[in-house]
Amino acid sequence: MASPDLLFRGARVIDPRAGRDEVADVHVRDGIVVDVGSGLDGASAEIVEGDGLVLTPGLVDIHTHLREPGFEQKETIETGTRAAAAGGYTAVAPMANTDPVADDASVIAEVRAAAARAGLADVFPVGAITKGLEGEVLAEIGEMAAAGVRVFSDDGRCVPTARTLRNALTYARAFDDVVIAEHCEDASLSRGQQMHEGISSSSLGLAGQPGAAEDAIVYRDIELARLTGGRLHICHVSSARSVELVRRAKADGLRISAEVTPHHLVFIDEDLRTYDTNKKVNPPLRTEADRDALREGLADGTIDAIATDHAPHAVEEKEAEFDRAPPGTIGLETALAVALTDLVAPGLVSLPRALESLSSAPALILGARDHGGPIEVGRPANLVLFDPEERWTAEPPFVSRSRNSAFIGRELRGRVRSTVLHGELTIAEGKATR
Amino acid sequence: MNEHLLSMHDVTADDVIRILDTAESFREVGTRVIKKVPALRGRTVVNLFYENSTRTRISFELAAKRLSADVINFSSGGSSVSKGESLKDTALTLQAMGADAIVIRHSSSGSPFQLTRWVRGHVLNAGDGTHEHPTQALLDLYTMRERLGRLEGLRVGIVGDVLHSRVARSLSFGLVKMGADVTLVGPATLIPPDAPQWGVQVSYDLDEVLSKLDVCYLLRVQTERQRLEYFPSVREYARLFGLNRSRVRLLPEGSLIMHPGPMNRGVEIDSDVADLPQSVIEDQVTNGIAVRMALLYLLLGGRHGDGGEAGDG
Repeated sequence: MASPDLLFRGARVIDPRAGRDEVADVHVRDGIVVDVGSGLDGASAEIVEGDGLVLTPGLVDIHTHLREPGFEQKETIETGTRAAAAGGYTAVAPMANTDPVADDASVIAEVRAAAARAGLADVFPVGAITKGLEGEVLAEIGEMAAAGVRVFSDDGRCVPTARTLRNALTYARAFDDVVIAEHCEDASLSRGQQMHEGISSSSLGLAGQPGAAEDAIVYRDIELARLTGGRLHICHVSSARSVELVRRAKADGLRISAEVTPHHLVFIDEDLRTYDTNKKVNPPLRTEADRDALREGLADGTIDAIATDHAPHAVEEKEAEFDRAPPGTIGLETALAVALTDLVAPGLVSLPRALESLSSAPALILGARDHGGPIEVGRPANLVLFDPEERWTAEPPFVSRSRNSAFIGRELRGRVRSTVLHGELTIAEGKATR
Repeated sequence: MNEHLLSMHDVTADDVIRILDTAESFREVGTRVIKKVPALRGRTVVNLFYENSTRTRISFELAAKRLSADVINFSSGGSSVSKGESLKDTALTLQAMGADAIVIRHSSSGSPFQLTRWVRGHVLNAGDGTHEHPTQALLDLYTMRERLGRLEGLRVGIVGDVLHSRVARSLSFGLVKMGADVTLVGPATLIPPDAPQWGVQVSYDLDEVLSKLDVCYLLRVQTERQRLEYFPSVREYARLFGLNRSRVRLLPEGSLIMHPGPMNRGVEIDSDVADLPQSVIEDQVTNGIAVRMALLYLLLGGRHGDGGEAGDG
């Protein structure tokens, strides 16, 4: 176990919530920040040199699949949170599509207990909107909310009827700050789909789903948020039209937030020309224009957060025919570097905004009060220290139990050096501490 | 030539001419009493068929045998495949057995592409899902060139369910590559919305197109239930897009009627039309063997003129 008395010296401290961006020392003891300033004397503290490095609130992923219970061959809570720590995350929100589905408080408690045993990241389980993710009967949202669940989602599936979603948004209003997070996909338009519908799908002979499959539901859901006054979150936005719909809904003052994945910020449908099943994701990679709109939406705050949609799958599931491979890519270990490489380095998004979208913004949506900063005296010490310049190539093996990364072979820049969870190092010198 | 034949995008216009010329030299082999040349003696060709296709498999088998290769047929029924073995494991097994070429037919688009990651041998796509069927396209190009003397400037209508047709994709890409003028015709729901980007034209009116065609190429209409959502009924399809006697009269003299088979007589093509002299559907089958011989020969780098019988290609 690492020392509970740490002095991070001379790093560039970027704290989006406090609006801080300056070189400073941060002293952490007994799980909390005890001092922030320059020329701090840590006395007996273990010194972590931060020269040339960036210290920022630990990253927060509001969209993770940890696969436990039920799919432990893909990932477990232990391996998934280990991957999270390696990627600089201190908090993750595992989706409810486990077996059994996280649609009642007992499954939530089981996930929490396993996460506590692992002790590698704070885990905020997402509860199902409907029982069994079947889109019909509301899950016990009240009981789960009482157990501290803040975000509800049938992720992987869209709530099929407007009526059910209306009821969910309305019912959830009774509970403080509960968020209904929608996977927006018109199942009748996307049936059988393998990728985005366009010239690439036509040429590759893969069934496509048009952007309208997402846009139509985003529009429906925004109107239902307007009708109910409910708090709506749009998962993994993938199309330019949807970005514009969210932008307008926000301008109308609706209580709405949105996320985008690292892979949608980088890849496009044409990247599937080698039938790389690791790039088969849902929603699908869309066009260059869509990707550019996502980047713009992230930069201007229309899209609040970067969320990994970390979706581990066993090797043999992905090493299969394209139409048989399940959709999804892992992302926890690469998200920060991808943001630095593809958004910050080319000047599309500022470094503070990128970090905000990876930590403080998702922490707010998730209600993860201990995370996302500010880095101030008395606050829980959930931090990440990273080298913004270190170059590396994403290659298996990964810390995750799975290796289905869309980013394999990609040269990245920026690497985690230390991850601090409640004052303890889960990652030190770029390596797991236990 | 590329190492594999996965898509018509793998061959250049020069490659196409070379393949067709080589096929022409092999065409004669099929007319002999002893239909065999020793060009690929000692080489192993595996037919890996995950989808039933008697005609394509037999065509490849005959092609390989006429070149004296050893041929192994590996079909999904009654093999390890039906016991749940993955494509990758099957590929590695064939690799270990020393397959020099693998001819693959699969219902999943892109499987031949994936196969190339796992095997060292040459991979020939014998039809993958709704992606491509390049050897069919090449035998069709051969047939058009043989009958009409050229490919450049030929006006070809491809009629039917283009959206789900691997033949239509490969043939469109091949014809455009060779400078032909392609028009896709069919119900709007069965034409890919971005098809004009392939360099083809699109029409929803067969009668309007017919008088301007050198080749009317009919695709097989899939009448499985899940396809029927794209048009109201087989009857309406046949009325709008079926080639019947009165429509044949709209075709210019000397134009060809083609079909990749198997035909749905009475749906996309009337029975008596299929049997007209300008219908060259049987030629397509015969030419298929010569074209596949040429492809195996060129990909496997057989020494041309082995035995001296194969002409001058």
